[in-house]
Amino acid sequence: MAKLTVEIVTAERRVLTDEADMVIAPASEGTVGILPRHAPLLTALKPGVMVLKKGRDEELLAVSGGFLQVSDDRVLILADTAERADEVDEQRAAQARTDAEAALKEAASRPGGIQSDEARAALHRSLARLNVVQRRRRRNTM
Amino acid sequence: MASLRDIRRRIKGVRTTAQVTRAMQMVAASRMRRAQQQVLAARPYAEAIRTMLGELAQQRTDPLTVHPLMRVRPERRAAFIVLTSDRGLAGTLNGNVLRRASEEILARSADPELVTIGRKGQDFFTRRARRLAATFTGMGDRATYNDIIPVARVVIDAYSNESIDAVYLVYPEFVSTLNQRPKVARLLPVVEMAEHGTKLDFIIEPNAEEIMAALLPRYVEMLIYHALLETTASEHSARMVSMRNATENANDLVDALTLTYNKARQSAITKEIAEISSAAEALAATG
Repeated sequence: MAKLTVEIVTAERRVLTDEADMVIAPASEGTVGILPRHAPLLTALKPGVMVLKKGRDEELLAVSGGFLQVSDDRVLILADTAERADEVDEQRAAQARTDAEAALKEAASRPGGIQSDEARAALHRSLARLNVVQRRRRRNTM
Repeated sequence: MASLRDIRRRIKGVRTTAQVTRAMQMVAASRMRRAQQQVLAARPYAEAIRTMLGELAQQRTDPLTVHPLMRVRPERRAAFIVLTSDRGLAGTLNGNVLRRASEEILARSADPELVTIGRKGQDFFTRRARRLAATFTGMGDRATYNDIIPVARVVIDAYSNESIDAVYLVYPEFVSTLNQRPKVARLLPVVEMAEHGTKLDFIIEPNAEEIMAALLPRYVEMLIYHALLETTASEHSARMVSMRNATENANDLVDALTLTYNKARQSAITKEIAEISSAAEALAATG
């Protein structure tokens, strides 16, 4: 079966180039699963977990928004940030989550949307990171 | 003629200088390598974002939906982002960039909006009593992408509310270790994208306008980030080369001074011997 060539880049580095059988990505309109021979697609990403399926194996990454392009079995991901599961700083992510939740509560008590939008985005980013770590841990203990 | 002691002191002083410049050369060399790696590491993203914008530009047909950052207006007032290093001792690097920037500003705009990154540029324009819209310093070595987001925001906002009609980047382009040249590049409006695209018929979610609106600021940020990385690579290359020259000059000077010193010592000895022998002759003549 044909494979997908996956390239994940951030502004600072190339995070990964690899082959995969399937890519599951957190697109802005909902999670998308991409298999070989997918139609050309261009979409925005929201913070979330990205999965690369390779046979029975899978690789998890936390992305915090960006863009995804599929053309000719090539998946190109422009991520704002992207971390493999083993690169995620769990303590920092947990701290970020607590901070974001506090900021959200604070923003909820006052009018004005922008701050709560930013806090919500930060919350989603930290949740994506924590999610990746937890899923990896679950898999390893199985 | 300088006394022997003076010459000896000079030699010692110059040697110390040579040690300092040599150390600076080493430091610059290792920083230069890191900066060059950063430039290389940032390249895939730059290519990817160009590809994506190209694809989007191909999809779009309605000229009314052209994104504000791509809309070309008559250029009444321009903004310049001038990138220099924070520190000196980098040869002609900053001087060249600032001269080029001044020429460009004179040629393009009577009332330019200036943004500087790097202390040298800030000092230069402040001395000339230019009003600076924003200045950023201390980015240098550990520059991260997040650092330049505020820079991008300043110019994108100014362009969007039409207080400026074009934005230029002026920075030392890293050509090679031995060669950096000032470069002027237009940042806004963003033009000439379509040639990167293929003719594939993309499914676009949520829609082309929204993706474009999200992607264009990233593109602008990327260009500024890239200019900053090149500035850093150029700075360390220029410093390494100029420090190497300084070390070589110092060593040449030590050689020349040593020669003078030895000559002076020789002639002092000769003189002393002559004095002794003439005294001995005089003694012999009288004795």
